[in-house]
Amino acid sequence: MNIDLSRRGFFKLAGAGVAATSLGAMGFGEAEAAERAHVRAFKLATTTETRNTCPYCSVACGIIMYSKGDVKAGETAELIHIEGDADHPTNRGTLCPKGAALKDFVHAPTRLTKPRHRAAGASEFQDITWDEALDKIARAMKDDRDANFIQTNEAGVPVNRWTTTGFLAASATTNETAWLTYKTVRSMGIVGFDNQARV
Amino acid sequence: MSETAPQPKTAAANPPVQPIGSNLLPSDVVRISATKDVPQPDRQLTKVAKLIDVSKCIGCKACQSACIEWNDTRPEVEENVGVYENPHDLTPNMFTLMRFTEWVNPETDNLEWLIRKDGCMHCEDPGCLKACPAPGAIVQYSNGIVDFIHENCIGCGYCVTGCPFDIPRISKVDHKSYKCTLCSDRVAVGQGPACAKACPTQAIVFGTKEDMIAHAEERIEDLKSRGYANAGIYDPAGVGGTHVIYVLHHADKPSIYDGLPDEPRISPVVEGWKGVTKTAGLAVMGVAAVGAAIHGIFARANKVAEHEEHEAEKLVQSGDGNGGTV
Repeated sequence: MNIDLSRRGFFKLAGAGVAATSLGAMGFGEAEAAERAHVRAFKLATTTETRNTCPYCSVACGIIMYSKGDVKAGETAELIHIEGDADHPTNRGTLCPKGAALKDFVHAPTRLTKPRHRAAGASEFQDITWDEALDKIARAMKDDRDANFIQTNEAGVPVNRWTTTGFLAASATTNETAWLTYKTVRSMGIVGFDNQARV
Repeated sequence: MSETAPQPKTAAANPPVQPIGSNLLPSDVVRISATKDVPQPDRQLTKVAKLIDVSKCIGCKACQSACIEWNDTRPEVEENVGVYENPHDLTPNMFTLMRFTEWVNPETDNLEWLIRKDGCMHCEDPGCLKACPAPGAIVQYSNGIVDFIHENCIGCGYCVTGCPFDIPRISKVDHKSYKCTLCSDRVAVGQGPACAKACPTQAIVFGTKEDMIAHAEERIEDLKSRGYANAGIYDPAGVGGTHVIYVLHHADKPSIYDGLPDEPRISPVVEGWKGVTKTAGLAVMGVAAVGAAIHGIFARANKVAEHEEHEAEKLVQSGDGNGGTV
């Protein structure tokens, strides 16, 4: 396409352009921003809060998990944010770098979400159901306890020790859960018992 | 949205989940990049500040984690080159960074491990905003927060040149500039920044600038009683004061904290270019335009008289007109 523009016409247009730009730049025109100032929409609005305990260490910091999607209405809840619980006496809202990044721990593709079993001699883990897993654990515990439980020591004093099985528990527990865990484990006589939360 | 969020006084609070009206409105903007005559707001928000007490910082990087999680940024995983900084520098996806310095105190011959949380200082007189040529890409709210409006950003990088602290970073993905927002979206609903809430030693605290200065003075007094005679506050006057302030145990030499500027100020090139040079340039353009207009009105096009036409024809026919002088 050819634009029919004479030399004179070109100068006229260019002159008009310069004049318009100068006037604009000198403030006669309104230099208006394309988009008005705004802050990012607050992403926790209308989310569901769930109180929990950080699973990492024995400090057991209080956390709040924020999710979208109403489980009661049959929707799937999606975790969108986690931060410290300012009302929790342990941490008063603060978190360490690991705790502050908990959302990624929850969403990690390698996160273990169901029981798995690697049979003796096998090289791969297999998914099993919770019933199967608990049955296996109960069977193994019962067999070991029957074989190795120490009721009395050499002096004949009752000690009720079970020293051949150890127990590890998670740290994301409330005081009540910790109390129950302690009672369950100790009532069987287990001596080797620990977890990060030092219940 | 009937209720408006209160202005924040602390970061130690749990955010609201019920919808609440924002307290940071477009009408609270006091300065806009490349825009003159910004209408002054009807109300003045309480000035806020984030105080970073480097003497209480343990370098754990919880602030970095909290920042990433809140702002949904994902800094790339990098190679370990044997330093503590991770990532190696501020990036468009990492708005704050712990910087570590090993410094031998010449007075005591002790090795001191200086840890400073780097990030936007939210200057009262922001160099980025002054340097920015894109209307509305950088704004300053009346509470002191300097925020980037990415829709208006043209990715030219002038803000990086204009910043006395070398903070903004241009994304190679969307070619826009990014930096700490002081969690303006949290402040807008009465909350403090995510880093200040997470900080396990509360080396980072947030509140009104007045409260933060008072808190800093308490901390300085404490540090002085522990032998840090030069402890002091870093709220540099060269940029009009900042809304992110430090308590330093060696406030007499800020540059030992990984190059924190001793006396930050906006580059004279930016000040000159956007000040005198711009005015002078516009004046020249204006004069040229006015001159052109006057010329257009008064000077008419040259007219060719009849006898001139005849003379020209004669010249052509005689051959003299065709480069006759050569």
